Amino acid sequence: MKCDQCEQEATVHEVTIKSGKKVEKHLCEACAKKQGIAVQAGMPIQELLNKYVLAQAGTTPAKAAACPSCSLAYTEFRQHGLLGCPDCYKAFEGLLGPLLERAHEGATHHVGKSPRRAGRGGEAGAESITGGPKERAERLSILQKQLDQAVRAEQYEKAAKLRDEIRREAESAPPPAAKARRRKEPEA
Amino acid sequence: MNEPGGPRPVYEAGTEWLRGDGDAADVVMSSRARLARNLAGFPFVSRATREQRQRVLDLCRSRLLAGGFGGPGAQVMWVDLAESPTIERTLLVERHLMSQQHSRGKQSSGSGGAEEPRGLAVALPDERLSVMVNEEDHLRLQCIRSGLALEAVWAEIDALDDSLEQGLEYAYSPRWGYLTGCPTNVGSGARFSVMLHLPALRMIGNIEKVKRAAADMSLAVRGFYGEGSDAAGDFYQISNQTTLGKPEQVLLDNLQREILPKVIEYERMARKTLIDKRRLQLEDQVCRAVGLLGAARLLTTEESMQLLSQLRLGVVTGIISDVEPKVVNQLMLLAQPAHLQRVIGREMDQEHRRAARAELIRSRLSRDGNGRVPKG
Ligand SMILES: [Zn+2]
Ligand SMILES: [Zn+2]
Repeated sequence: MKCDQCEQEATVHEVTIKSGKKVEKHLCEACAKKQGIAVQAGMPIQELLNKYVLAQAGTTPAKAAACPSCSLAYTEFRQHGLLGCPDCYKAFEGLLGPLLERAHEGATHHVGKSPRRAGRGGEAGAESITGGPKERAERLSILQKQLDQAVRAEQYEKAAKLRDEIRREAESAPPPAAKARRRKEPEA
Repeated sequence: MNEPGGPRPVYEAGTEWLRGDGDAADVVMSSRARLARNLAGFPFVSRATREQRQRVLDLCRSRLLAGGFGGPGAQVMWVDLAESPTIERTLLVERHLMSQQHSRGKQSSGSGGAEEPRGLAVALPDERLSVMVNEEDHLRLQCIRSGLALEAVWAEIDALDDSLEQGLEYAYSPRWGYLTGCPTNVGSGARFSVMLHLPALRMIGNIEKVKRAAADMSLAVRGFYGEGSDAAGDFYQISNQTTLGKPEQVLLDNLQREILPKVIEYERMARKTLIDKRRLQLEDQVCRAVGLLGAARLLTTEESMQLLSQLRLGVVTGIISDVEPKVVNQLMLLAQPAHLQRVIGREMDQEHRRAARAELIRSRLSRDGNGRVPKG
């Protein structure tokens, strides 16, 4: 494939969704660099921050300037790309959300493994870790979407794995005897 | 290593990923899974005070040593990195047991240094499982195996994670999953990677195709020593880039079922093309490399890697029949600076290393050296 801008072979491919429309770019390395597109796969968080967050700066509310637990300022995070403590995720949630979505291909929510403590100490313990029914419904809907996609693409092995995951997620729902069913073997 | 009586690795044997066997071992050198975890109630490593780092280190060390890991018969070696000399740390980096960053003790923000409280636990004798404590995250678990074995490395690391959690409380959020110092790892904290040997694709000029295919699937391509290293000796590491929003099994599946079969197939086709249509050029290139390895008096690490890569191509295509893949893998490790000095038994400057490296490789590959399969 030829570069959109010149006669070179295109080696950088970018697909972005702009107001619901898919925009594809196919560029050679030189032209990609000119346009400020990162050449390597997987943009380092630093570049994402510079390109995305800084571009958004005008529209970003100036709240959540620092994390209440570790006092990391959002500007420090922007400098180094590292958060200060687990609570930073809460403190900067509004700012991190769009950034993480970009960095993780549109993902907004974790699905998959969760601490085994989730299965321990009954309903209250589990909910405090993996969230309430709303969170669970969200996870189930994400998994269901991925399952539909896999089936459509005839990726049956992947579909089977997703079905397992959905079953585990559904089984982790609180009702009566919510014992350690989330994970295979019992607690030692 | 800081305890003279404790378990120590055997530098030339035992290591699982050096065995050179397993599925698709002609192309896939090794498979690896990594999990990033942090303890609840502490700042992440880059923000923690030295006292907090020490406390995290103590908690993790006692959990790692008390629980043990690596299966029956395995012994856990604990390395206190703040107490270890540079050469010992470099050795562990060369063995793919920890990162450069962990060896230096520096955070990507530039803070820290060699004295920072941090450690490494390794299950001996085969070094399949290891855990870095206080790298960018409090815990980085790793499992590495020879050949294509992503399901197996995931199963093992998943179990190790479960067992560690019995004594440690992880930082976790319902929305973001396992919380990590850098948000690029948040969610599952899981990174799956494979080390591929792609000499024929490079010779035919199709490496770009692989990189493009990988990038399309948001997989990263890196060199033999990970991030920032170039693909010395035609070794390429491919790994998933995103960690949020997909179950671990699906991240693994994307790598294993969608990209890898294609890349393995491309490389095998390229090898077949070389054998069928450019046999003489292929033989020439392999035999020149073998000739140089057997005759050179000075070798840099980089040149050794390139020549050994050619030798490996000769071995897997059957052009060279009296050298085992395992031997080539071992030589690639022994050619690295710290290993070379360990085997020779003394510290050397660069110039002396080049001579010692050439001599070591030459003698191993000589007709009666222990790197040759006896004819019979
Ligand atoms: Zn161009
Ligand atoms: Zn914080």
